[in-house]
Amino acid sequence: MGYDPKNPMEGRLTDLGPHYFGDFLPPVIKENKGKWLYHEILEPGVLVHVADSGAKVFTVRCGSPRLVTVNYVRDICDIADKHCDGFVRFTTRNNIEFMVDAEEKVAPLKETIKSYGNKFPIGGTGACVTNIVHTQGWIHCHTPATDASGPVKAVMDDLFDYFGSMTLPAQVRIALACCLNMCGAVHASDIAILGVHRKPPMIDHERITGVCELPLAIASCPLGAVRPAKATVKGEEIRTVTVNAERCMFCGNCYTMCPAMPLSDPEGDGIAILVGGKVSNSKSAPKFSKLVVPFLPNNTPRWPETVACVRQILEVYAKDARKYERLGEWAERIGWEKFFEKTGLPFTEKSIDDYRLAYTTWRTSTLFKYTTHTDSYTK
Amino acid sequence: MAKQHKTPLLDELEKGPWPSFVTDLKQQAETKPECWDILGQLELSYKDRITHWKHGGIVGVFGYGGGIVGRYSDVPDQFPGVEHFHTLRVAQPSGMYYSTENLRALMDLWEKYGSGVTNIHGSTGDMIFLGTRTENLEPLFWDLTHNLGQDLGGSGSNLRTPSCCLGVSRCEWSCYDTQEVCHSLTMHYQDEIHRPAFPYKFKFKFSGCPNDCVAAIARSDFAVIGTWKDKIRIDQAAVKKYIDNDPAYPSCGGAHKGRDWGKFDIRKEVLNLCPTRCMWMEGDELKIDDAECNRCMHCINVMPRALRPGVEKGASICIGAKAPILDGAQFGTLIIPFVQVTKDNDFQDLIDVIEKVWDWWMEVGKNRERVGETMQRVGLPTFLSVMEIEPMPQHIQEPRSNPYVFWKEEEVPGGWERDIVEFRKRHAA
Repeated sequence: MGYDPKNPMEGRLTDLGPHYFGDFLPPVIKENKGKWLYHEILEPGVLVHVADSGAKVFTVRCGSPRLVTVNYVRDICDIADKHCDGFVRFTTRNNIEFMVDAEEKVAPLKETIKSYGNKFPIGGTGACVTNIVHTQGWIHCHTPATDASGPVKAVMDDLFDYFGSMTLPAQVRIALACCLNMCGAVHASDIAILGVHRKPPMIDHERITGVCELPLAIASCPLGAVRPAKATVKGEEIRTVTVNAERCMFCGNCYTMCPAMPLSDPEGDGIAILVGGKVSNSKSAPKFSKLVVPFLPNNTPRWPETVACVRQILEVYAKDARKYERLGEWAERIGWEKFFEKTGLPFTEKSIDDYRLAYTTWRTSTLFKYTTHTDSYTK
Repeated sequence: MAKQHKTPLLDELEKGPWPSFVTDLKQQAETKPECWDILGQLELSYKDRITHWKHGGIVGVFGYGGGIVGRYSDVPDQFPGVEHFHTLRVAQPSGMYYSTENLRALMDLWEKYGSGVTNIHGSTGDMIFLGTRTENLEPLFWDLTHNLGQDLGGSGSNLRTPSCCLGVSRCEWSCYDTQEVCHSLTMHYQDEIHRPAFPYKFKFKFSGCPNDCVAAIARSDFAVIGTWKDKIRIDQAAVKKYIDNDPAYPSCGGAHKGRDWGKFDIRKEVLNLCPTRCMWMEGDELKIDDAECNRCMHCINVMPRALRPGVEKGASICIGAKAPILDGAQFGTLIIPFVQVTKDNDFQDLIDVIEKVWDWWMEVGKNRERVGETMQRVGLPTFLSVMEIEPMPQHIQEPRSNPYVFWKEEEVPGGWERDIVEFRKRHAA
């Protein structure tokens, strides 16, 4: 018996919740849960966790594109069936973790993984660039200002060596959100790739009456740029809205509320780069990412400007930062003026906050370093 | 039936060492031809450099107000296989461990009723089934609940599917069983997940320690972050091994093995990087003034074989994080410094706090206002009084620098009612 459209409520089950996690733990995990003593990263992508009983679990971590097919997941299952007693897990950064309970099982597991070509790259541990967390982009979303899976693929191709090695001063977390809504939050990432719009919404007067609650659209604008208005459609006067373009900050919140106010534009849309955020409390408090590149074009299919910019920032950081220093901690230590000088990123007024609470980010001291930016005053 | 389209732009994304979603989709298209239309429409987006998904589309299963996001193509004639492309969020098991039996069953279900394309996992944590038609939703939901005993997650103005780090299952640092709490509260709040009744979305995230691997402090309205209240446990023999540069004791558990950073130097790498400078050496013995420690995890991260969190463990609760839309990004504000997280009372201590927040926010929160924004609007002092929490210096970074205190009438002797005539007798205009 299956779903009966004639009796949709009959036999319906609801509110079952997720499957109980306890059923899905590999035996070595179940037996040693809560009894782990320490861990070590044996080599890039391979961890061992040691329990107080001496039991060990070896984990091989692999990257994935996150956007995957049932075929791909079945490949994962085949590997887990062959080597891991039919269990597998995923990390919060879309990595796959295959676990075995003895060291001699690691090499055959890795061999099987490698037999899939580049499907399951091993790495993502320690002082590396681990997998990029990202949103949907053009594959599924209605509000994106850029694609997600495409730029992620292009950036990870370029930074591939950093995924499978541990040569950086600290871990570097890269995240991509394809619009300001940030359904995958990127506001606390070492390097954030953010889709941005640059043209105010258009108003589709012919559609607005049927699809939009005008007061909600008007209230949605944080800067009061959306105002009630009237327009003539097919000889009839209708209620609609108008946008004060000078006030628009291109957040797209109006489009979220009103489908008759689209923003998307091939020239207007692109990518901003923000850096220096972190989530961990280690050494310093969590930090927000800061906007250092206001716009890079959506140059499909491989976003070369974005790829080059991320590498440029990463390489200067890798060379200049001290051991354990996250990107934002490094930038704060050397000063943001030095960050711009060392990375060679042009500083523009667009990195100066003029939104709410902006003053807290202005420099209110005489504590600064001389850089090329001050040359016109000193040379 | 969908057919293969030319995808010269996407084909460029088959190159390079990182796994290619384009290659994967093409292989899947051989048995799921609608994948050709996904690729076709995506190619068109790469050409036009805009999205080709329409705004909106309210679809769902009976009785639920969340878990499914409606989506329609704006070019259905060209790509009929993606005319409807609705998304389902399937609630993930806490910690994201799976048996292959379950994973295969989920994939079989999705192959039967959908495009065969998924996200493992979505940003909030659910497994995402990407792309199906309206008429498939009820049959899929029937099979998901009846055959797999599993359920949809949250979307819209409701409790979103809670998520957690892997916790004590495989991490020595986790200060409580994140999976158990996450699962218990997810089960406890099924109604809030499936039937939107909030001003806006509300997220729980559970991290086992201040390293915060699920980004709870950045991404959840209600962040439960593990901590301890006693002393860091020290194994002095292991400290000595680190000082002696024993190869079995690499710094940060080997996280820096790929580069020669020179010999490990406990003063430079641990003591001097401690944000509170609460550590020192006496001979070969490491000393910690735990009363001065703010439990940042750095020393423990660097010397995992020598140092461990204390034994009196629990969590801190931070409330109100969100991404920038609209007034700017917020981290969670520390509200409760320490709470015991125990299954003994079914996590009632957490439930009490959660429901106090909800009762208030559901009443005063505006439409599409995250709780962190409501807190900003009314101010932290008001929020604390709503929560019946005594203000303390831990709630702030620093005291206010302006003098604009909102005194209450009852706090001022004699109150605010005064007589101007009497006043003028003493102070002529």
